[in-house]
Amino acid sequence: MKDGVNGVALAVFIFFFLAVTVMGFLASRWRRAENEQSLDEWGLGGRSFGTWVTWFLLGGDLYTAYTFVAVPAAVYAAGAAGFFAVPYTILVYPLIFTFLPRLWSVSHKHGYVTTSDFVRGRFGSKGLSLAVALTGLLATMPYIALQLVGIQAVLDVMGVGGGENTHWFIKDLPLLIAFGVLAAYTYSSGLRAPALIAFVKDTLIYIVIAVAIIYIPIKLGGFDEIFAKAGEAFGQTNEATGKPRGALVPGDASQWTYATLALGSALALFMYPHSITATLSSRSREVIRRNTTILPLYSLMLGLLAVLGFMAIAAGIQVKNGQLAIPQLFENMFPDWFAGIAFAAIGIGALVPAAIMSIAAANLFTRNIYKDFIKPDATPAQETKVSKLVSLLVKVGALAFVLTMDKTVAINFQLLGGIWILQTFPALVGGLFTRWFHRWALVGGWAVGMVYGTAAAYGVASPTQKHFGGSSAEIPGIGEIGYIGLTAFVLNVLVTVVLTLVLRAVKAPDGVDETSPSDYTADAGDPGVQTELPKVGAETH
Amino acid sequence: MPETAQRTTQGKQPLITPLRVVIGICLFAPFVAMLWVSSYAKVEPTLAGVPFFYWYQMLWVLISTALTMVAYKLWQHDQRGRRTRQGGDAR
Repeated sequence: MKDGVNGVALAVFIFFFLAVTVMGFLASRWRRAENEQSLDEWGLGGRSFGTWVTWFLLGGDLYTAYTFVAVPAAVYAAGAAGFFAVPYTILVYPLIFTFLPRLWSVSHKHGYVTTSDFVRGRFGSKGLSLAVALTGLLATMPYIALQLVGIQAVLDVMGVGGGENTHWFIKDLPLLIAFGVLAAYTYSSGLRAPALIAFVKDTLIYIVIAVAIIYIPIKLGGFDEIFAKAGEAFGQTNEATGKPRGALVPGDASQWTYATLALGSALALFMYPHSITATLSSRSREVIRRNTTILPLYSLMLGLLAVLGFMAIAAGIQVKNGQLAIPQLFENMFPDWFAGIAFAAIGIGALVPAAIMSIAAANLFTRNIYKDFIKPDATPAQETKVSKLVSLLVKVGALAFVLTMDKTVAINFQLLGGIWILQTFPALVGGLFTRWFHRWALVGGWAVGMVYGTAAAYGVASPTQKHFGGSSAEIPGIGEIGYIGLTAFVLNVLVTVVLTLVLRAVKAPDGVDETSPSDYTADAGDPGVQTELPKVGAETH
Repeated sequence: MPETAQRTTQGKQPLITPLRVVIGICLFAPFVAMLWVSSYAKVEPTLAGVPFFYWYQMLWVLISTALTMVAYKLWQHDQRGRRTRQGGDAR
């Protein structure tokens, strides 16, 4: 690591940061609607985004700073196992092609803002809706915290993180400023701010990746050389485990893990509240389907990004904290000014998803806890006010989390969050296609999945951690090592099916379904489908 | 199948048509390809120095994109066909 502050890189970084800050505040004027005091306006950007804005927004949302840092870091650490992110994102798009348009239609017909809104309307169960909302909140919070970890990694490499002896306030000041600014423009502009900033973020990211994938291999002697060196490094024995550090291709024993991680993560991704927020903000059903055909561009980028992990090994990058591998690679390989651009890309890459996630979490709280349980007669203006405040609280919470606790705690919770959020799949996606599942059975299945998933993750040890050491464990009955989230999900579905059969047999009261079959295929322009600026709650009784 | 075909003539359209089966296959193929890890967990043949494992998966990003696009176009076709047929019935 170079000593001291990298002045040129820092200047470039600050330039871009200031530019997006200005954009963030101006965003509230972009395509402004007449009635700003509604949650659809602040929290869903007026539900008016077309194909390209949605594409940038979803890309900005799903491919976070943490992704940019963590995926190549995983490849740097273990090789092939870290590459599961690519099949994972390949599988996401056919999946969402089938179910998201239905969610869009029913949500626009009934004015749903969150997934829990839909679950409550479909199954007539506030309890089930609360379970989905709480799971969403629990899974999102650590995700926001991890965005901070991404910014911290960049600041560290630029030399503004301070040394061991720096006073904590000085050390964390850059992070505090970045987040203060983020909180302020999210508060004032809502979803429009990250939508606009996402343009800058993605443009920077694509430029950086394109340059990195050509420039760095030339400097390192080509891909042959890179993979040869990486293979050599992975063959060496890890002192902590007594096994090789990693592998260039997964061995027989780790193939189940690879496949289940890819599938489980793909199923989980669009259960996250922030993915749904970005989806529901689109203008029409067509926008979503069209997006599934252009979103894979991001998968391509992710794959190239993962390969940077091998380049870090070939370039001889040695870092104690794996998260720093890629920022350090940029610092060593690129001229200072371009390193600054790369760091800005990662930094802004943290701001966009953090803003969307906090908006999504705030919407969940407002709609499914505040309105359902605390103040049922809240007006749209009150809802918006509460949501804005909660978006601030959520960010402060995430900041406190990162500053006071060890980073591994945030990573552990993020890992658990993925397992947890997958347990809402039967209620949400099941509910989109069939009303057969009984609401209480769904609650039962969810509870079993949550408990099993948490307990199994608790039991995973790694050389550095006694608990939560990883996300895969032996699959009961099969004996292979697989992703805990997916095992929990299968259990969840089994319990839900069995309980539904039992509850249907004893004729347990079924909730009221306020949706009708045609709601799921309605498109913009159909009668009853609100296009721009619907009134919140107008159809939700 | 003959039963569903009959329903078409009565105005109610079948849920499963050959076109929709093709759409389903387009969307399902990536799952088979990607989850069958042993089919691509190997180093050889390399492409420009990149092991098979990596370039094959990157290739599937492109293949799955093409498949999703085909599915999207077919779906549009399917929906248009349905709407005109329904419109015809009403008139």
